Parts: sequence; structure tokens; C-alpha cells
Amino acid sequence: MYLLYIGTALALIISFIANKERTIKAVKMAYKKLAKIAPAFLGLIIVVSIVLYLVPEQVISSSLGNDNKLLSVFLASFMGSITLMPGPIAYPLGAVLLKEGVSYMVLAAFTTTLMMVGILTFPVEKAYFGTKVTILRNIISFCIALIVAAAIGLFFGELI
Amino acid sequence: MKPKKKLIKASGVILYIAFVSLSFIFGYNPGKLIGHNFASFSLEMIKLLPPVFILIGLFEVWVKREFIEKHLGKKSNLLSYLWAILLAGPIAGGLIPAFPIAYSLFQKGAKMSVIFTFIGAAAVCRIPMTLFEASFLGIKFTLVRLLISLPLVVISSIWLGNYLEKKDYRIMEG
Repeated sequence: MYLLYIGTALALIISFIANKERTIKAVKMAYKKLAKIAPAFLGLIIVVSIVLYLVPEQVISSSLGNDNKLLSVFLASFMGSITLMPGPIAYPLGAVLLKEGVSYMVLAAFTTTLMMVGILTFPVEKAYFGTKVTILRNIISFCIALIVAAAIGLFFGELI
Repeated sequence: MKPKKKLIKASGVILYIAFVSLSFIFGYNPGKLIGHNFASFSLEMIKLLPPVFILIGLFEVWVKREFIEKHLGKKSNLLSYLWAILLAGPIAGGLIPAFPIAYSLFQKGAKMSVIFTFIGAAAVCRIPMTLFEASFLGIKFTLVRLLISLPLVVISSIWLGNYLEKKDYRIMEG
């Protein structure tokens, strides 16, 4: 996050030295674009606040530790699809689950859908790319996550 | 947006606000928790979005359309996918900032398969996140995941891009 701020500040300063008018135009444009998409973000924040309440971390952890591997993979990819969790929280959680005996395959299904599939980010993605593209991209991403989980399972000797 | 849809959305937001504020007044715990979630996630977005959109604004005024068209557009070669992946590498925060950036790239003339690759890469191989993953779950896990997911992202993006172009799909004004 700090890097983002430093990078943005540097870019702004360089741009301002190079051309004052253009830089002001860029900031105005940034504001306009942000204002235009703000309703979609409000929708996102509302949905996230509700889902995070309905599916807290304990529910996720307990549903991944199932004995049935196939069922766990599906549950994990479902959980990953419907939640939002930043990496600094998701990976330490993954490491803890690993110690508790959750397989790498299940973790791969969870983290990959977490990163690639965004049911919660639907309002924002739809505002930019339309409903059809959003649905297609999310279905494809879900399939990729399942393939990744299967590959991890093979490589870690958990599948056969 | 159609006025009817707008009305439904607006009433949803009002209901939500009413529910959360009543929960705080009467001490209804689930509603209070949802309110806390709302506040903390809003704060995160308020921290993340302004710099991202300022960078997008700078990109819009400084980068020429011809440049994007040449390297990421319809006439660009396979290297364009590599550029898309490299562009996605340093992005912090995942899909949320990736969508507006991808949209700006598209408006500047990048082809659809390239922007889908960009979004996919922003999801699976952001550098900060990958480092985190490798240190917690092991380098083998990260390597297998990247080697499998990246090619799949590129292939599926090319397929989706071609499919939508054939159907003459238009990405709407965002």
C-alpha cells in the first residue's frame, strides 16, 4: 500500500514538472472516473459487509477440513468464490490449515478461486465489462482453479 | 440505467442503511457486525481507490493511443500477452483495481484477449501476493500453481476475446 502511495506521488510530481495543464487534467479525469463508478463500489461494499458476516473465517476453516477430498475441493472453491480476503490474511490462514491436516489440493482450490473468481466483485466488474463477460470470465476462472487444484494434488501426491 | 432498476437499487441502499442504523440504536448484534464490516471495508477502498484512479488519469493523458494499439491492440503479436502479464505484476489489491485499469487499456485500443489476460494475471501472479504465498505455503506450491494457471489464463483469454469479437460484443461505457 505504501509503495502505491509513493509511486503515485512520484508519478504526479514528475508529470507536474513535465506539464502542469496535463497533470491537472489527469487529476480531474481521475475524479470523474471515480465518481462515475462510485455507485458500483457502494454496491460492492454493502454486499461484502453482509457476506463477511454470514461466512466468517471459522466457517471457512471448518468446511475445508472435511475427510472427503472431492467434497472439500468443491466446498473450498465455493468458499473462495464467495468471499474476499486479502493475501496477508489468506496465506497465514492457509499455513495454519495445512498444519491441521488440510491438503494442499484443497488450499489451492480455495486460494485460486479467492484470487480469480469474484462473486462479490460482480457489481464492479459488471459496471465495466457487462453482465455476459463477467459471467463468462468467472466461469472460466472457476474451471482454471479446479484444474490448478487437481495439478497441485498430483504434484503433492494427494490425488493418487 | 433504467429508472426502475435505479429505484430498486436506491431502495435497497436505503433499507440497508435503515437496518444498520436501527441495529446500532437497539443493539442488534448481527446488524452491528455488518455495520463494522461496512466501515472497515469502506476505509480500505478509500485508501486504495484514489491513488489507483490518479494513476489511471495520468495514464490517460500521457500514453498515446497509437502506442497501446501497436503493442496491445488487434495487430499486436504474441508478445502483447507477455506485456499484459508484466503490467499486472506490480498491482496491489487484486481484481478490484485491475478492472478500472483494464477498462482504460481497452479504451486506449488494447484488444479484449489482452485485457482478459491482464485481469487474469492480476489475479494469479501479482508479485507481492506471490511472495507472500511462497513464504507461507512453500515455493513448490507457488511454482506449480503459476506454471499451470498462467498458460490457462492466456489460452482462455484468447479464446474468450476471439469469441466475443466474433459475436461483435461491445463493452459498455463504464
